[in-house]
Amino acid sequence: MASLRDIKARIDSTKKTKQITGAMELVSASKMNKAEQNAKGYVPYSEKMQEVVANIAKGTDASHPMLETREVKKTAYLVITSDRGLVGGYNSHVLKLLQNTISERHNSPDEYTVIVIGRKGFDYCRKRNIPVSNSIIGVADHPQFADIKDIAKATVQMFTDEEIDELNIIYNHYVSAISQVPTMNKLLPIEDLQGQGGITGQYEYEPSEEQILKVLLPLYAESLIFGALLDGKASEHAASMTAMRSATDNANDLIGELTLSYNRARQAQITQQIAEIAGGAAALE
Amino acid sequence: MKTLTVSVVTPNGPVLEDEYEMVVCRAESGEIGIMPHHIPIVAPLSIAAVRLKKGNGEDKLAVNGGIMEVSSNKVSILAQSAEKPSDIDVERAREAKERAERRLQSSQDNIDKLRAELALQRAINRLDVSSK
Repeated sequence: MASLRDIKARIDSTKKTKQITGAMELVSASKMNKAEQNAKGYVPYSEKMQEVVANIAKGTDASHPMLETREVKKTAYLVITSDRGLVGGYNSHVLKLLQNTISERHNSPDEYTVIVIGRKGFDYCRKRNIPVSNSIIGVADHPQFADIKDIAKATVQMFTDEEIDELNIIYNHYVSAISQVPTMNKLLPIEDLQGQGGITGQYEYEPSEEQILKVLLPLYAESLIFGALLDGKASEHAASMTAMRSATDNANDLIGELTLSYNRARQAQITQQIAEIAGGAAALE
Repeated sequence: MKTLTVSVVTPNGPVLEDEYEMVVCRAESGEIGIMPHHIPIVAPLSIAAVRLKKGNGEDKLAVNGGIMEVSSNKVSILAQSAEKPSDIDVERAREAKERAERRLQSSQDNIDKLRAELALQRAINRLDVSSK
């Protein structure tokens, strides 16, 4: 059995770890609330955007490269991960989904490329020689649209330039504080617009349908990317909170066990000392 | 007096939702005034002030591009940013204006120039809206 001092030292260090994880849990919880609000605040914009795009796409015969499905030669995956660890299964779930999809669909690295948001995903792809065409590291906890505008624009541009023929986005969808689901959505070409949106109306276009689509569709795609990022951030903080909570719980259990064995060891020591004294006294008589 | 509903939403949340009698904004093809029961219309906006009229008063918003959609007596403006005069940071806008002007004067490559020009427009628009 470990000595009293060893056990004491372990209890102390576990307590310190617990303090840290407890604090991190609180921080993540407040960040999660904020991120959830951000994601919620964004919903009206994205819904409205979807409604407008759906309405226009429904009533129009004008074509736009972003609405057309072409033969898929190269697929891009936009992956949203976190910059730091200590977020439980957050990154590994997303990256596993990416890896599975790639190995299922593609035979050679020429057929796909990855666009990464977040350091963890970037490191992962680099280690495994997955081609990364664009990346952004160090996105703020509560991102502004301007933070990812460049990468979103560049990605949409890649599609317009026919560098890629399909764009999928992979991120953790925030369901609740304890549940986040890794999700993959096809972003481009824009499909399934029919049947959405409440109002059907023929629009007057100013100046012309083509012009509107040219402005609107990239905006729409960018807004989807930003929406996924906000969703992902909320998930990240939720995952981090859950991970830190279970770490704190584990620390509590461990401290309980260690205290028990500490007390046992202490009692054993006392018993032994009494026995020794009693034995010594008996020997003197 | 007949009114129409105006809602302005940005990626950071809704900015404004209210009833107005007339909306005047600058589309890319020129100024448009929208009055109640306008036919459905969609137009991209340029970086300019949107004027919202109610009674004798007038509200202004600094809208940074985006799209305007009118349908069933409702005007929706989707923009990357939109600010009420009270929310505008005048000091920051002034700084941005100076920075953009400096950048435009120093001749560098084209992409930089385009960005500076847009930044200048945004700054001027903000200052313009906040001054009245």
